[in-house]
Amino acid sequence: MRLELTPRRQAGPFLNLAAPVLAVGFTAVVGAVLFAALGKPPLAALYAYFIEPLSEVWSLHELALKAAPLILIAVGLSVCFRSNNWNIGAEGQLIVGAIFASALPVLAPNATGPWVLPLMLILAMVGGALWAMIPAVLKNRFGTSEILVSLMLVYVAVLLLDYLVRGPWRNPEGFNFPESRSFGADALLPELISTGAWGGRGNWGIVIAVAAAVFTTIMLTRMLKGFEIKVGGASARAARFAGFDARRTTFFVFLFSGALAGLAGAVEVAGAIGQLRPSISPGYGFTAIIVAFLGRLHPIGIIAAGFLLALSYLGGEAAQISIGLSDRMAQVFQGVLLFSVLASDTLVRYRVKLVVVRAQERVAHD
Amino acid sequence: MAQPPLLSAHGITKSFGPLRACSGISLSLHEGEIVALLGENGAGKSTFVKLMFGALQPEEGGFEWRGAPVRFADPAAARAAGIGMVHQHFSLFEAFTVAQNIALALPGEAMDTLIERTRTVSETYGLPLDPNALVADLSAGERQRIEIVRCLIENPQLIIMDEPTSVLTPQEVEPLFNTLRTLRDEGRTILYISHKLEEVRALCQSAIVLRRGELITTLDPTDTSAKAIAEAMVGGTIAHLNRRAPSDAEALKDVLLKVDGLSHGSDSRFGTKLKDINFELRRGEVLGIAGMAGNGQSELFACLSGELRSEPGAITLHGVPAGQRGIEARRGRGAAFVPEERRGHSAVQSLTLTENLLLSRHRAQDGTVSRAGFIRGRVAHDMLNRIVRRMDVRAPDGPVTAAALSGGNLQKLVMGRELDRPLDLLVVNQPTWGVDAGASANIRQAILDLAAGGAGVVVISQDLDELFEIADRMAVIADGKLSDARPTVDLSRTDVGLLMGGSADRQEPALAP
Repeated sequence: MRLELTPRRQAGPFLNLAAPVLAVGFTAVVGAVLFAALGKPPLAALYAYFIEPLSEVWSLHELALKAAPLILIAVGLSVCFRSNNWNIGAEGQLIVGAIFASALPVLAPNATGPWVLPLMLILAMVGGALWAMIPAVLKNRFGTSEILVSLMLVYVAVLLLDYLVRGPWRNPEGFNFPESRSFGADALLPELISTGAWGGRGNWGIVIAVAAAVFTTIMLTRMLKGFEIKVGGASARAARFAGFDARRTTFFVFLFSGALAGLAGAVEVAGAIGQLRPSISPGYGFTAIIVAFLGRLHPIGIIAAGFLLALSYLGGEAAQISIGLSDRMAQVFQGVLLFSVLASDTLVRYRVKLVVVRAQERVAHD
Repeated sequence: MAQPPLLSAHGITKSFGPLRACSGISLSLHEGEIVALLGENGAGKSTFVKLMFGALQPEEGGFEWRGAPVRFADPAAARAAGIGMVHQHFSLFEAFTVAQNIALALPGEAMDTLIERTRTVSETYGLPLDPNALVADLSAGERQRIEIVRCLIENPQLIIMDEPTSVLTPQEVEPLFNTLRTLRDEGRTILYISHKLEEVRALCQSAIVLRRGELITTLDPTDTSAKAIAEAMVGGTIAHLNRRAPSDAEALKDVLLKVDGLSHGSDSRFGTKLKDINFELRRGEVLGIAGMAGNGQSELFACLSGELRSEPGAITLHGVPAGQRGIEARRGRGAAFVPEERRGHSAVQSLTLTENLLLSRHRAQDGTVSRAGFIRGRVAHDMLNRIVRRMDVRAPDGPVTAAALSGGNLQKLVMGRELDRPLDLLVVNQPTWGVDAGASANIRQAILDLAAGGAGVVVISQDLDELFEIADRMAVIADGKLSDARPTVDLSRTDVGLLMGGSADRQEPALAP
């Protein structure tokens, strides 16, 4: 007896959309079971997780704050993944982007003017792209695994950041806390709505993220570059036949995804945080991988998926406060979600068949 | 009272969606005969054989085996009843020996008895084979013998052979036919699927012709001309190729493409190295490159197209060293390329037809992409309509992907894509592989027209009939070496066959004066 996966003739557009919805539903069910096992009322816990954060203005702002970096990174990763390049190190590229962006307000704290923030954003993209260039160049030159190299570089980036905020970039007036100095007003992302009934902390990061998603959609669907990426992902041989250099494509997608991850780093330090700290991201670079797949590697789908995963962060915090659930629950949710997205993707594309070898056949072979 | 037929089919019908692959097919196969199953691609041959072999189940109708109704749930049941099949594409593991490969198909057999039985079968039927040889070291003909022996070891009464000669040199065909005749004389029945009508006429006592899923006629091939059989298959008349002399005889002196000492190591373990290849191609001529599969054709194609780079001077295009130029740069100099494999090389299944055109048509001259890098959908769409009309591509309506096209129609689209722009040079590998007779004639005519218009064409093909039909000069590639090109009119099939077997370095075949 064995299980066989046979490809389905044609996965309809309906099933394609249904897969992520199914995955979310399955995650909710698993969550409910887990809550029950922990002795918490499942429905109340699910409510605290997924509905409560949506019911207040301040938490909607928080949602936008958390969704922005997720969307930015995932949009870049989707381009990478579509071309069959596996950048797993967006977290590191985010950190290096944040370091590059912070260089300006930290090293030149007296710089003021409207050019400061745009320059920081550009620096962040350069930093993220440079960090992502390392696995791309090593892959192209020596055939190394971009998965391993990009992942390992995350830890290098973490230590680099740690060194900077504890050493040379530590705030001289900061009582030896491992933090950089706080950024000046011109180095901060303005808030979208700062006062009034709808006011809150949400800043322009989310606008930048949506703009990046729209730009990427246009690139993927209307431009030759997007076509190159698509062909490269579908068949390396056909891409070579088309004259698309696989190394150039690899280089481009890593630079592109690294730049967007770096930008996400700038949005974090120049937005919600306002300074450089040893820890600037609760794993956005890794969570964005889930966002990219949940959004079906499509920039617009990624916007929706980004908000959903942002909700899982917020819900984790809320459930910790209101019903005393461990914040590890958020990570469990994210893991289950990625698992069920991949599983439902497989089930949409393949039919599972249980093959039973009949007795007479076995006898015939003996 | 006559014996009941070995196998008879009654009103076999099978549909795939709206397509009726087999529609009410009834026939009988008797003991001790070789019957040809003929039809164009898509006529329903392989569906019918799969139904017979239990790989598919008919919706209507049924089979009788020796007069008793029978239903094979799967190929294992068909094999147990006494039906064997030799597939066109080998399913052999190159890293294993002959006997190990045979053992894989017959689980539960002891290895030493298998080796013994392999020896017996191969001696009895004139299929020389060393059971302990590694498959990777064997030629295509020897590999086919493994498939045949593997089938015969189960002692089948009915043997289905799917295009067995497509991988053989002319010299290898006759021994195979002798084997098949021996099997027939023992009272076995052979269902012989082939596109090569002369072979069918030499071997088979009767021929069943399928067209669009229906049995059109059963005829006596020994008594019917190949042209008449082909017309029964197509259901119309087949146009003769029209060879025109190039209009501008002066221009023909130009050497368009010169290959000088081209050598290339192979990327893959079982690939073929190219060894010191030399030839010249002039305007207005079609150069044919014959050879058995896997003798370096794909490597040579990749070097000519620029998918593999070579020494700068090894390939000269228009008098300029081009060995280091990429495929797009060569396209920019008026060259076009059509590789053998369509799925995943010259076309991508998951892309739409328009996107597939863009694969080789995304340069500025094509107008499909703006200077800023945006794709001009309308231009590409007009291009698609033009090509579909010109090449008679049968595609479902609407924006479909290449997966929706049959192999033959996809090849028409790919050929049309390259012929749709002004060309100096066309390099094509297996231009009509898997394409039906009518469309093949169109493609060959297009190649001749292109040469008549002053372009040069390199046709790499394993189909000798095709090369004798369209090539002005012919060379043979064997084990990565290319023989000197000679005018086709001076060559016989025997000459080419000897070269295909790799005898170029041992002796030059005697040429007709």
